Amino acid sequence: MRRKPWLTALQGAVVPLLLLALWQAASSAGLANAKIMPSPVAVAVRWWAYLAPADPYDPAVGSYLTWIFSGELIHDAIGSLYRVVMGFLVGAVLALPLGLLMGASTKAFRWLNPLVEVLRPIPPIAYIPLSILWFGLGNPPAIFLISLGAFFPVLVNTIAGVRQVDGIYLRAARNLGAGPLTIFRRVMLPAATPYILSGVRIGIGTAFIVVIVSEMIAVNNGLGFRILEAREYFWSDKIIAGMFTIGLLGLAIDSGVTRINTHLLRWHRGLEH
Amino acid sequence: MADILIDHVHKRFPIPEGEVVALKDINLDIAQGEFVCLLGPSGCGKSTLLNAIAGFSNPTDGTITVGGKAVTGPGPDRGMVFQEYALFPWMTVAKNIRFGLEIKGMANDAADARVTELLDMLGMREFANRFPKDLSGGMRQRVAIARVLALDSPVLLMDEPFGALDALTRRSLQDELLKIWSRLGKTIVFVTHSIEEAIYLADRIIVLTYRPGTVKSDVRVEMARPRDAASPEFNALKRELSRLVTEEQQRHEAAERAGLTTD
Repeated sequence: MRRKPWLTALQGAVVPLLLLALWQAASSAGLANAKIMPSPVAVAVRWWAYLAPADPYDPAVGSYLTWIFSGELIHDAIGSLYRVVMGFLVGAVLALPLGLLMGASTKAFRWLNPLVEVLRPIPPIAYIPLSILWFGLGNPPAIFLISLGAFFPVLVNTIAGVRQVDGIYLRAARNLGAGPLTIFRRVMLPAATPYILSGVRIGIGTAFIVVIVSEMIAVNNGLGFRILEAREYFWSDKIIAGMFTIGLLGLAIDSGVTRINTHLLRWHRGLEH
Repeated sequence: MADILIDHVHKRFPIPEGEVVALKDINLDIAQGEFVCLLGPSGCGKSTLLNAIAGFSNPTDGTITVGGKAVTGPGPDRGMVFQEYALFPWMTVAKNIRFGLEIKGMANDAADARVTELLDMLGMREFANRFPKDLSGGMRQRVAIARVLALDSPVLLMDEPFGALDALTRRSLQDELLKIWSRLGKTIVFVTHSIEEAIYLADRIIVLTYRPGTVKSDVRVEMARPRDAASPEFNALKRELSRLVTEEQQRHEAAERAGLTTD
């Protein structure tokens, strides 16, 4: 018998709700300094203020829809998301062909792998000073850093994916008369997709970490910038509201990517339920 | 008329301690439309010989000619069915069967018609849009057979194709294969280590020796099909082949033990 989904959801909510209640009780009892550890209610109120439009609705300024989405949080989230997407695309678009080449050709692998191995352990964060020197402030250095964060996971997984392709598929394809190009496009590439997509998922995860860091350093909007700004004003409730938003956005991105992967890999054994 | 001509074929593999002679001076002449089983214990070189005919690995010495052309590499004139099915898991059943046709450059309509015809022939029409992971082993092997039949190659090479199937599925695929064979008149080279399977299927059974692989015996099976595994004739042949194969199996085991003690 299958478990009812709402029951599972309800069960999952018990512990967080309990913790929230405990936190609220501690705050109400005056156990915590509200300046540095605000109550959940204060955070929720602040989150709403952060989300809601700042000005009252005025038809002269724009449509109702633009007003609804005129809140600071929405702008920050869109800014962060834009950087993640752009940075990820730049990184993945460079990593994918290179990974396919390095996976398929032993020669290319021998030439390029040492360089990859030397550069890969350098965390994208370590490129911050250089990225500011090269690109100044704003989106360019952020996108540069994010693309670095996405580049290596996609690259390494693509290489591994192509290299692990089972020889039996190549033999079957050759037996059916396939030439090298057809084998690459219709056998090696699809056979490598489970690996490539897990690289994509890790790459997007890394991109999301790097976006927050880069916004704290080089950009003056976005969720990362906002929580650092809130610290300067001692708005601890806004810091936590921002962190909560970052978590939600990360969760939304990851479940979106997982959904796409599940669809693309519907033929794959590993996803059987 | 000879369809497959194996002429003084040797195959040696280098190993750290020297070399393994997998095949030694194999000479065979397989007629068009003949159903030949290569029989022997593992290590006797039967798969090596099949792979050489398929063009996956060239003989060290000697030549193999199929349909008058020397074999230099794999090609769709010699369709291969593998024990592990080797279906492309990212393609549906229909797309797997279609793959070879697309490579051939067949027009869309013609390819669709051919796929449908093959699905019907193997009774798999309702599986057209399934992925291989959703099929049983028997169904997967049917798809693999349909995939090579699509190419319309005169020669079918089968490497222990039913080895991983349960006895009942195995028998029904054997019958299906015989039906296809008698209908389409293909030349079939079928590798197996099952004596009973070889007698059930083949016109001719070639028993290979354990290293070096040579032809130990070349037996014609004259029984009418469908063959009854309980008949005295069947069992007499089974006893004889069993004796030949067991000798080679014992050599195999002795060699293995010798290999272990020298380590």
